[in-house]
Amino acid sequence: MTLPVPRPGDWLVLAAGLALIVGLWLRQADSLEGRVVVRLDGQVFQEAGLRLNRVIEVPGPLGISRIEIRDGRVRVAEDPGPHQLCVRQGWIPPGGAAVCLPNRVSVENAATGYDTLNY
Amino acid sequence: MTIELHASEEDRRVAGLAAAAIGLTLAEAAIPLPIPGVKPGLANIITLVVLYRYGWRTAAWVAGLRIFAGALALGQFLTPAFVLSLSGGVASLLVLALAVRLPAGWFGPVSLSLLAAFAHIGSQLLVVDAWLLPGVSLFAILPLFLTAAWITGLVNGLAAAHLLRTWRPA
Repeated sequence: MTLPVPRPGDWLVLAAGLALIVGLWLRQADSLEGRVVVRLDGQVFQEAGLRLNRVIEVPGPLGISRIEIRDGRVRVAEDPGPHQLCVRQGWIPPGGAAVCLPNRVSVENAATGYDTLNY
Repeated sequence: MTIELHASEEDRRVAGLAAAAIGLTLAEAAIPLPIPGVKPGLANIITLVVLYRYGWRTAAWVAGLRIFAGALALGQFLTPAFVLSLSGGVASLLVLALAVRLPAGWFGPVSLSLLAAFAHIGSQLLVVDAWLLPGVSLFAILPLFLTAAWITGLVNGLAAAHLLRTWRPA
């Protein structure tokens, strides 16, 4: 018994279907990836994914707060506030947040609970 | 007074083919499957072969009889499972009616099987979304079901292509 060979258009349909599926998987993986929401004065200053390492500089009333995203984690690396509470908090766990109150900056690690319902 | 029903050649053929499809449906119901809603849909091989051999009308009869009789035999008649099966069957038959007009030298049973499988699961997810689980986002499970439809569509299409080459009905 030999397997029937698909016709040229069949390969096309198969490839198109596969492309659609891969696209959907990728999109889903993207939407499930952690998000970081940085707020200044309660307003969203910047949203970022956890995938790319970067430093976000937020100009608050006291100076610049530096938010560091590295290796899929996020923390407040530097803050002009007097007590350094948000800096000492260290890496923010998924679902957690750090608030630098004097500088009116907050960082939320929205990794968990981020699904298609609240997309 | 007796009522006589005369079964034409066509009627007997439809009955025989539908019986084969129902047999596959019942056999398939005995296979344990890890995810609810994902199943091979082996009876669709029959639908495809009938579509090529005897045309869309006969295929629609065979698929329709299989859906009703299969549901009755499995005790699913008029349950949500039956409504899902019916909506999937109707959607795939509509898509097949269009797809069978594609140039046959280019698009064979595999294309038709894949398109029908996608239409099948697509309409089922729409029914689930609109009626069974309104308000729940089904987007998250879409890739999983489409992947399953892709695989079963391919396998069923190859099976149908093989049958079309080798099977000569009595």
